[in-house]
Amino acid sequence: MVRFENVAMRYGRGPEILHDLDLDLAPGAFHFLTGASGAGKSTLLRLLYLAERPTRGRVFLFDRDIAQVPQRELPGLRRQIGVVFQDFRLLDHLSALDNVALPMRVAGAREDTIREHVVDLLRWVGLENFVNAKPSTLSGGQQQRIAIARAVITRPQLLLADEPTGNVDDAIALRLLHLFEELNRRGTTVVIATHNEALIERFGYPTLEIENGRVRHRAGRARAG
Amino acid sequence: MAGSGIAPAERGRADDMARARTLPLHQDGSTRFLPWLIALMVFLAALAVGAAFALDTALERWNDGLRGTLTVQLPRPAGGGPLAPATMEAALAAMRAVPGIVSAVPLDAAAQSALLKPWLGDNADAVELPLPVLVDLRLAAGASIDDAALARKLDHLVPGARVETHGAWLDQLFRLASMVEIGTAAIVLLIGSVAIVTVIFTTRTGLMIHAPVVDLLHLMGAPNLYIARQFQWHAFRLGVRGGVIGLVLALLAFGALYLAAQQGAATADLMPGFRLPIGAWISVLALPLGMGLAGLMTARITVLRALARMP
Repeated sequence: MVRFENVAMRYGRGPEILHDLDLDLAPGAFHFLTGASGAGKSTLLRLLYLAERPTRGRVFLFDRDIAQVPQRELPGLRRQIGVVFQDFRLLDHLSALDNVALPMRVAGAREDTIREHVVDLLRWVGLENFVNAKPSTLSGGQQQRIAIARAVITRPQLLLADEPTGNVDDAIALRLLHLFEELNRRGTTVVIATHNEALIERFGYPTLEIENGRVRHRAGRARAG
Repeated sequence: MAGSGIAPAERGRADDMARARTLPLHQDGSTRFLPWLIALMVFLAALAVGAAFALDTALERWNDGLRGTLTVQLPRPAGGGPLAPATMEAALAAMRAVPGIVSAVPLDAAAQSALLKPWLGDNADAVELPLPVLVDLRLAAGASIDDAALARKLDHLVPGARVETHGAWLDQLFRLASMVEIGTAAIVLLIGSVAIVTVIFTTRTGLMIHAPVVDLLHLMGAPNLYIARQFQWHAFRLGVRGGVIGLVLALLAFGALYLAAQQGAATADLMPGFRLPIGAWISVLALPLGMGLAGLMTARITVLRALARMP
């Protein structure tokens, strides 16, 4: 699903943030990504969702070497990746429905199909009564669930979430993690960046820990539930 | 969980209205001035096009009026006084004898005074001027004559006689018209270039203002054309809106010029009135659409080039 070979990353002429990174995520895997602030979690996620190209090394996504993929085929690859951004990146001028619908519209789906799926998904995340609400009228937790719904609406093969439980209480955090698990059970590879050690401990999935620009693999244990 | 993958069969006709809302370009204050700028450009372009066509039409009318006619000037004798009737008759007979000439009619004093009236006023006939006798020659339809040979023949009868074909005067006018047409084309080209540069800068500003949304769409896998289409149709709408405003202003200006030409007694003798041919109307009426299409293509290319530089 995802393979990094000797990947390094720096921004401009700045210091190297990631060094000699080797990574191999199997299809259907579930991983936590952790590390101190500034360790490079967000940079690794940006490499994964193709917002950046590595300074050196090779990145393989869906068995394709990204450096060899023609520009015109990149949007198709990106549509197989769902991203929950730390700052949500919801569009304030659009309703909850239109925000969640965005990836489907981008993919060229029909409006009747879009509406049906979006309403169903908003029900799934417990926001069926906020279909027409603008993000600015919703709480942080509700916005987060909209962002998650948007990330999963097209059933991506790879789901990346940057601190998805950062703005919600423990009960909601647990519920969100269960949502991700359900997606994972349906075949989606999931990578969740988080500082929440309690969640990592509770769910017991393997962890990628970034320290000094290098990734340390921490094995998981049998799922605790 | 409802979000299932999008089957290819489900892809198809998009709801353009819903898609158009993705980028809030209509809320963008930086483009509010664009329709007015385009209105001004279309107004100036319409005036330039109208002026060029009006001059062309006027020249055609002058040309039509003078085609098939020549004027012969027979100077008075050196000592003054009128031409001898016998000499006059001999000259007229020589003219009428030329194949292709259907009539040779000398202008009487009243007609000559009428010609001088625009310059000398109502007292033209009271002024004693050593004017030559003017003879109006009419040619048969499609006929042409050797005016130099006729001039030589008449010179034997009336020394100093001249045959005026109006060609040199018309040539100068047509040269002037050509220069005006080239000038008009240059003005329209310049206005088009300014419009394109304006749309480029407006689109780039829009890309900067909406960079977070553009970046988000890009990361979601939006094809570059999906993003470009939203900018291009926004530019098209602004271009057409501005073009229509400019067109209305230009039509009002044309109406004023037409009324001025109809009512202006002073210009009536020299100008054949302000009229535009059908080609001019088509060109002027097409300006808003042309401006819209220029905006559309410019915005599309600008956005596609900017997106091609993204990772």
